Amino acid sequence: MNNELKATVAVRETLPTVFGYLGIGLAFGIVARAAGINSLLVTLTSLITYAGSAQFIMVGMFATGNSILAITLSVFLVNARMILMSMTVAPLVKHESLIKNVILGTLLTDESFALAMNKSNLTNRQLNFSWFNTVNLISYATWVCSSLIGALVGSYIQDPEKYGLSFALIAMFIGLLYLQIINDRALPLLLQAIVVLLVFGLVFVGLIFIPSQLLILLVTILSCILGVVIKNAFF
Amino acid sequence: MPSFNFILTTIIMCGLVTFISRVAPFVLLKRFQLPAKVVDLLSFVPIVIMSALWFESLFHQNIGHLPSLDYPNLLASLPTVISAILTKSLVIIVIVGIASLALIQFLALN
Repeated sequence: MNNELKATVAVRETLPTVFGYLGIGLAFGIVARAAGINSLLVTLTSLITYAGSAQFIMVGMFATGNSILAITLSVFLVNARMILMSMTVAPLVKHESLIKNVILGTLLTDESFALAMNKSNLTNRQLNFSWFNTVNLISYATWVCSSLIGALVGSYIQDPEKYGLSFALIAMFIGLLYLQIINDRALPLLLQAIVVLLVFGLVFVGLIFIPSQLLILLVTILSCILGVVIKNAFF
Repeated sequence: MPSFNFILTTIIMCGLVTFISRVAPFVLLKRFQLPAKVVDLLSFVPIVIMSALWFESLFHQNIGHLPSLDYPNLLASLPTVISAILTKSLVIIVIVGIASLALIQFLALN
Protein backbone atom coordinates (compact mmCIF):
# COMPACT_ATOMS: atom_id res chain seq x y z
CA MET A 1 0.00 0.00 0.00
CA ASN A 2 1.31 3.52 -0.87
CA ASN A 3 0.07 7.12 -0.79
CA GLU A 4 -1.12 7.32 -4.44
CA LEU A 5 -4.87 7.77 -4.90
CA LYS A 6 -5.30 6.60 -8.51
CA ALA A 7 -7.81 4.01 -9.70
CA THR A 8 -5.04 1.70 -10.94
CA VAL A 9 -3.43 1.77 -7.51
CA ALA A 10 -6.83 0.99 -5.98
CA VAL A 11 -7.14 -2.10 -8.18
CA ARG A 12 -3.79 -3.38 -6.93
CA GLU A 13 -4.64 -2.61 -3.31
CA THR A 14 -8.11 -4.19 -3.43
CA LEU A 15 -7.01 -7.42 -5.11
CA PRO A 16 -5.99 -9.08 -1.81
CA THR A 17 -9.48 -8.57 -0.34
CA VAL A 18 -11.03 -10.12 -3.47
CA PHE A 19 -10.01 -13.54 -2.16
CA GLY A 20 -11.91 -12.84 1.02
CA TYR A 21 -15.10 -11.72 -0.77
CA LEU A 22 -14.76 -14.64 -3.16
CA GLY A 23 -14.53 -17.17 -0.35
CA ILE A 24 -17.36 -15.80 1.71
CA GLY A 25 -19.51 -14.92 -1.35
CA LEU A 26 -19.21 -18.53 -2.57
CA ALA A 27 -20.06 -19.71 0.94
CA PHE A 28 -23.12 -17.45 1.00
CA GLY A 29 -24.35 -18.73 -2.37
CA ILE A 30 -23.85 -22.34 -1.32
CA VAL A 31 -25.49 -21.92 2.09
CA ALA A 32 -28.47 -19.97 0.71
CA ARG A 33 -29.00 -22.47 -2.10
CA ALA A 34 -28.79 -25.32 0.40
CA ALA A 35 -31.49 -23.59 2.46
CA GLY A 36 -33.78 -23.67 -0.59
CA ILE A 37 -33.48 -20.13 -1.97
CA ASN A 38 -33.19 -20.12 -5.77
CA SER A 39 -30.14 -18.72 -7.57
CA LEU A 40 -31.99 -15.62 -8.80
CA LEU A 41 -32.99 -14.58 -5.26
CA VAL A 42 -29.52 -15.41 -3.94
CA THR A 43 -28.01 -13.06 -6.53
CA LEU A 44 -30.63 -10.37 -5.85
CA THR A 45 -29.84 -10.52 -2.13
CA SER A 46 -26.19 -9.73 -2.86
CA LEU A 47 -27.12 -7.17 -5.52
CA ILE A 48 -29.78 -5.25 -3.55
CA THR A 49 -29.21 -5.84 0.16
CA TYR A 50 -25.39 -6.19 -0.16
CA ALA A 51 -24.88 -6.75 3.54
CA GLY A 52 -22.19 -9.41 3.94
CA SER A 53 -22.65 -11.36 7.14
CA ALA A 54 -26.20 -10.02 7.62
CA GLN A 55 -27.21 -11.95 4.48
CA PHE A 56 -26.45 -15.20 6.31
CA ILE A 57 -28.78 -14.03 9.07
CA MET A 58 -31.50 -13.34 6.48
CA VAL A 59 -31.22 -16.88 5.13
CA GLY A 60 -31.39 -18.29 8.64
CA MET A 61 -34.47 -16.20 9.43
CA PHE A 62 -36.19 -17.14 6.15
CA ALA A 63 -35.71 -20.78 7.05
CA THR A 64 -37.20 -20.35 10.53
CA GLY A 65 -40.28 -18.47 9.32
CA ASN A 66 -39.82 -14.93 10.61
CA SER A 67 -41.85 -11.90 9.49
CA ILE A 68 -40.51 -9.34 7.01
CA LEU A 69 -40.42 -6.77 9.81
CA ALA A 70 -38.42 -9.02 12.15
CA ILE A 71 -35.87 -9.82 9.45
CA THR A 72 -35.54 -6.17 8.41
CA LEU A 73 -35.08 -5.06 12.02
CA SER A 74 -32.39 -7.68 12.61
CA VAL A 75 -30.52 -6.67 9.48
CA PHE A 76 -30.78 -3.02 10.52
CA LEU A 77 -29.39 -3.76 13.98
CA VAL A 78 -26.56 -5.90 12.64
CA ASN A 79 -25.70 -3.23 10.05
CA ALA A 80 -26.15 -0.24 12.36
CA ARG A 81 -22.38 -0.41 12.79
CA MET A 82 -22.27 0.92 9.20
CA ILE A 83 -23.49 4.26 10.62
CA LEU A 84 -20.35 4.44 12.78
CA MET A 85 -18.10 3.41 9.91
CA SER A 86 -19.68 5.92 7.53
CA MET A 87 -19.32 8.66 10.15
CA THR A 88 -15.65 7.77 10.53
CA VAL A 89 -14.79 7.66 6.85
CA ALA A 90 -17.10 10.39 5.44
CA PRO A 91 -14.93 13.35 6.59
CA LEU A 92 -12.06 11.95 4.47
CA VAL A 93 -14.07 12.50 1.25
CA LYS A 94 -15.98 15.60 2.34
CA HIS A 95 -14.35 17.65 -0.45
CA GLU A 96 -16.04 15.46 -3.11
CA SER A 97 -19.53 16.33 -4.45
CA LEU A 98 -22.72 15.21 -2.68
CA ILE A 99 -23.60 12.67 -5.37
CA LYS A 100 -20.11 11.16 -5.15
CA ASN A 101 -20.47 10.94 -1.38
CA VAL A 102 -23.79 9.13 -1.81
CA ILE A 103 -22.22 6.67 -4.29
CA LEU A 104 -19.29 5.99 -1.96
CA GLY A 105 -21.65 5.46 0.99
CA THR A 106 -23.96 3.16 -0.97
CA LEU A 107 -21.24 0.59 -1.57
CA LEU A 108 -19.30 0.91 1.68
CA THR A 109 -18.44 -2.41 3.35
CA ASP A 110 -16.53 -3.47 6.47
CA GLU A 111 -13.55 -4.26 4.28
CA SER A 112 -13.61 -1.21 2.00
CA PHE A 113 -13.95 0.85 5.19
CA ALA A 114 -10.93 -0.86 6.74
CA LEU A 115 -8.91 -0.49 3.52
CA ALA A 116 -9.83 3.21 3.37
CA MET A 117 -8.75 3.77 6.99
CA ASN A 118 -5.53 1.85 6.31
CA LYS A 119 -4.91 3.98 3.23
CA SER A 120 -5.66 7.24 5.02
CA ASN A 121 -2.81 6.48 7.44
CA LEU A 122 -0.49 7.00 4.45
CA THR A 123 -2.29 9.90 2.72
CA ASN A 124 -2.52 12.40 5.55
CA ARG A 125 -6.22 11.59 6.18
CA GLN A 126 -7.36 12.46 2.64
CA LEU A 127 -9.05 10.14 0.16
CA ASN A 128 -10.60 10.75 -3.25
CA PHE A 129 -13.56 9.43 -5.23
CA SER A 130 -11.68 7.52 -7.91
CA TRP A 131 -9.57 5.49 -5.46
CA PHE A 132 -12.42 4.76 -3.03
CA ASN A 133 -15.03 4.06 -5.70
CA THR A 134 -12.71 1.62 -7.47
CA VAL A 135 -12.24 -0.26 -4.19
CA ASN A 136 -16.02 -0.35 -3.66
CA LEU A 137 -16.86 -1.42 -7.22
CA ILE A 138 -14.36 -4.30 -7.24
CA SER A 139 -15.73 -5.46 -3.89
CA TYR A 140 -19.36 -5.23 -5.05
CA ALA A 141 -18.72 -7.02 -8.36
CA THR A 142 -16.76 -9.80 -6.65
CA TRP A 143 -19.43 -10.26 -3.99
CA VAL A 144 -22.33 -10.47 -6.48
CA CYS A 145 -20.50 -12.77 -8.93
CA SER A 146 -19.22 -15.11 -6.23
CA SER A 147 -22.70 -15.38 -4.64
CA LEU A 148 -24.12 -16.32 -8.04
CA ILE A 149 -21.39 -18.90 -8.66
CA GLY A 150 -21.84 -20.24 -5.12
CA ALA A 151 -25.58 -20.63 -5.67
CA LEU A 152 -25.04 -22.42 -8.99
CA VAL A 153 -22.48 -24.89 -7.64
CA GLY A 154 -24.45 -25.09 -4.39
CA SER A 155 -26.76 -27.66 -5.89
CA TYR A 156 -23.82 -30.07 -5.98
CA ILE A 157 -22.12 -29.35 -2.65
CA GLN A 158 -23.43 -30.86 0.55
CA ASP A 159 -21.31 -29.56 3.40
CA PRO A 160 -19.76 -26.14 2.61
CA GLU A 161 -18.18 -25.92 6.09
CA LYS A 162 -15.48 -28.42 5.31
CA TYR A 163 -13.79 -26.26 2.66
CA GLY A 164 -12.89 -23.59 5.18
CA LEU A 165 -14.58 -20.82 3.14
CA SER A 166 -16.52 -19.54 6.15
CA PHE A 167 -13.20 -18.42 7.61
CA ALA A 168 -12.40 -16.09 4.69
CA LEU A 169 -14.29 -13.21 6.29
CA ILE A 170 -12.74 -13.73 9.73
CA ALA A 171 -9.25 -13.99 8.21
CA MET A 172 -9.89 -10.71 6.44
CA PHE A 173 -10.96 -9.06 9.72
CA ILE A 174 -7.78 -10.37 11.40
CA GLY A 175 -5.60 -9.09 8.55
CA LEU A 176 -7.27 -5.68 8.38
CA LEU A 177 -7.13 -5.34 12.18
CA TYR A 178 -3.41 -6.11 12.25
CA LEU A 179 -2.64 -3.76 9.34
CA GLN A 180 -4.68 -0.99 10.97
CA ILE A 181 -2.87 -1.41 14.30
CA ILE A 182 0.62 -1.26 12.82
CA ASN A 183 -0.21 1.63 10.45
CA ASP A 184 -2.31 3.94 12.63
CA ARG A 185 0.14 6.44 14.06
CA ALA A 186 -2.58 8.59 15.57
CA LEU A 187 -3.15 6.13 18.43
CA PRO A 188 -0.27 4.74 20.56
CA LEU A 189 0.34 1.00 20.10
CA LEU A 190 -0.17 0.22 23.80
CA LEU A 191 -3.50 2.05 23.82
CA GLN A 192 -4.67 0.07 20.78
CA ALA A 193 -3.63 -3.19 22.44
CA ILE A 194 -5.53 -2.27 25.59
CA VAL A 195 -8.65 -1.41 23.58
CA VAL A 196 -8.51 -4.69 21.63
CA LEU A 197 -8.26 -6.64 24.92
CA LEU A 198 -11.17 -4.59 26.24
CA VAL A 199 -13.22 -5.52 23.17
CA PHE A 200 -12.44 -9.19 23.83
CA GLY A 201 -13.69 -8.91 27.42
CA LEU A 202 -16.83 -7.01 26.41
CA VAL A 203 -17.68 -9.48 23.62
CA PHE A 204 -17.27 -12.38 26.07
CA VAL A 205 -19.39 -10.79 28.80
CA GLY A 206 -21.87 -9.38 26.26
CA LEU A 207 -22.51 -12.81 24.74
CA ILE A 208 -24.00 -13.90 28.06
CA PHE A 209 -26.97 -11.54 27.91
CA ILE A 210 -26.98 -9.33 24.78
CA PRO A 211 -28.82 -10.68 21.69
CA SER A 212 -26.31 -11.32 18.92
CA GLN A 213 -27.92 -8.77 16.55
CA LEU A 214 -27.15 -5.97 19.03
CA LEU A 215 -23.82 -7.22 20.36
CA ILE A 216 -21.38 -5.74 17.83
CA LEU A 217 -23.07 -2.33 17.90
CA LEU A 218 -23.17 -2.07 21.71
CA VAL A 219 -19.63 -3.41 22.16
CA THR A 220 -18.37 -0.94 19.54
CA ILE A 221 -19.99 2.09 21.15
CA LEU A 222 -18.89 1.10 24.67
CA SER A 223 -15.32 0.27 23.60
CA CYS A 224 -14.90 3.57 21.77
CA ILE A 225 -16.11 5.49 24.84
CA LEU A 226 -13.80 3.53 27.15
CA GLY A 227 -10.97 4.03 24.65
CA VAL A 228 -11.37 7.81 24.84
CA VAL A 229 -11.59 7.70 28.65
CA ILE A 230 -8.37 5.63 28.90
CA LYS A 231 -6.64 7.84 26.32
CA ASN A 232 -7.49 11.01 28.24
CA ALA A 233 -6.56 9.53 31.61
CA PHE A 234 -3.26 7.79 30.80
CA PHE A 235 -1.91 8.82 27.38
CA MET B 1 -39.12 -21.56 2.57
CA PRO B 2 -41.28 -18.40 2.09
CA SER B 3 -42.61 -17.36 -1.34
CA PHE B 4 -40.62 -15.55 -4.03
CA ASN B 5 -42.49 -12.30 -3.36
CA PHE B 6 -41.95 -12.54 0.40
CA ILE B 7 -38.20 -13.01 -0.04
CA LEU B 8 -37.91 -10.28 -2.68
CA THR B 9 -39.81 -7.78 -0.49
CA THR B 10 -37.53 -8.61 2.44
CA ILE B 11 -34.43 -8.21 0.27
CA ILE B 12 -35.60 -4.74 -0.80
CA MET B 13 -36.54 -3.67 2.76
CA CYS B 14 -33.20 -4.88 4.12
CA GLY B 15 -31.43 -3.12 1.25
CA LEU B 16 -33.23 0.08 2.12
CA VAL B 17 -32.34 0.12 5.83
CA THR B 18 -28.74 -0.82 5.02
CA PHE B 19 -28.57 1.92 2.38
CA ILE B 20 -29.79 4.51 4.89
CA SER B 21 -27.26 3.39 7.52
CA ARG B 22 -24.45 3.69 5.01
CA VAL B 23 -25.41 6.88 3.21
CA ALA B 24 -27.00 9.14 5.86
CA PRO B 25 -23.68 9.97 7.60
CA PHE B 26 -22.08 10.85 4.23
CA VAL B 27 -24.92 13.24 3.41
CA LEU B 28 -25.11 14.81 6.87
CA LEU B 29 -21.36 15.21 7.35
CA LYS B 30 -21.14 16.96 4.00
CA ARG B 31 -23.01 19.84 5.66
CA PHE B 32 -22.06 19.53 9.32
CA GLN B 33 -18.77 19.29 11.17
CA LEU B 34 -18.40 16.62 13.85
CA PRO B 35 -17.41 17.92 17.31
CA ALA B 36 -13.78 17.10 18.26
CA LYS B 37 -14.98 14.75 21.03
CA VAL B 38 -16.91 12.62 18.53
CA VAL B 39 -13.95 12.54 16.13
CA ASP B 40 -11.85 11.28 19.04
CA LEU B 41 -14.44 8.59 19.73
CA LEU B 42 -14.60 7.53 16.09
CA SER B 43 -10.82 7.14 15.85
CA PHE B 44 -11.27 3.84 17.71
CA VAL B 45 -13.95 2.49 15.36
CA PRO B 46 -11.68 0.62 12.88
CA ILE B 47 -9.81 -1.51 15.43
CA VAL B 48 -12.87 -1.98 17.65
CA ILE B 49 -15.18 -3.20 14.87
CA MET B 50 -12.62 -5.50 13.28
CA SER B 51 -11.69 -7.08 16.63
CA ALA B 52 -15.33 -7.35 17.78
CA LEU B 53 -16.31 -9.18 14.57
CA TRP B 54 -13.32 -11.51 14.97
CA PHE B 55 -13.86 -12.24 18.69
CA GLU B 56 -17.58 -12.86 18.21
CA SER B 57 -16.74 -15.62 15.73
CA LEU B 58 -14.67 -17.42 18.38
CA PHE B 59 -17.68 -18.17 20.57
CA HIS B 60 -21.13 -19.71 20.45
CA GLN B 61 -23.76 -17.77 22.33
CA ASN B 62 -25.81 -19.44 25.09
CA ILE B 63 -28.00 -16.64 26.46
CA GLY B 64 -27.90 -16.66 30.27
CA HIS B 65 -24.74 -18.79 30.35
CA LEU B 66 -21.06 -18.34 29.55
CA PRO B 67 -20.39 -18.53 25.80
CA SER B 68 -18.73 -21.74 24.61
CA LEU B 69 -15.59 -21.72 22.46
CA ASP B 70 -15.71 -22.31 18.71
CA TYR B 71 -12.56 -24.46 18.59
CA PRO B 72 -12.20 -24.67 14.78
CA ASN B 73 -12.30 -20.86 14.42
CA LEU B 74 -10.05 -20.37 17.46
CA LEU B 75 -7.45 -22.83 16.15
CA ALA B 76 -7.61 -21.41 12.61
CA SER B 77 -7.03 -17.91 14.03
CA LEU B 78 -3.55 -18.82 15.31
CA PRO B 79 -1.81 -19.45 11.94
CA THR B 80 -3.83 -16.53 10.51
CA VAL B 81 -2.48 -14.10 13.11
CA ILE B 82 1.06 -15.45 12.66
CA SER B 83 0.81 -15.03 8.88
CA ALA B 84 -0.40 -11.45 9.42
CA ILE B 85 2.62 -10.62 11.57
CA LEU B 86 5.09 -12.37 9.23
CA THR B 87 3.78 -11.24 5.83
CA LYS B 88 1.56 -8.14 6.37
CA SER B 89 -0.09 -9.34 3.12
CA LEU B 90 -3.87 -9.59 3.03
CA VAL B 91 -3.87 -12.22 0.25
CA ILE B 92 -1.62 -14.55 2.22
CA ILE B 93 -3.54 -13.92 5.45
CA VAL B 94 -6.88 -14.86 3.84
CA ILE B 95 -5.45 -17.93 2.04
CA VAL B 96 -3.72 -19.14 5.23
CA GLY B 97 -7.00 -18.62 7.11
CA ILE B 98 -9.13 -20.60 4.66
CA ALA B 99 -6.52 -23.38 4.38
CA SER B 100 -6.20 -23.58 8.18
CA LEU B 101 -9.92 -24.03 8.76
CA ALA B 102 -10.20 -26.52 5.87
CA LEU B 103 -7.35 -28.57 7.37
CA ILE B 104 -8.88 -28.43 10.85
CA GLN B 105 -12.29 -29.53 9.53
CA PHE B 106 -10.63 -32.32 7.53
CA LEU B 107 -8.68 -33.61 10.55
CA ALA B 108 -11.75 -33.39 12.78
CA LEU B 109 -13.78 -35.51 10.36
CA ASN B 110 -11.13 -38.18 9.71
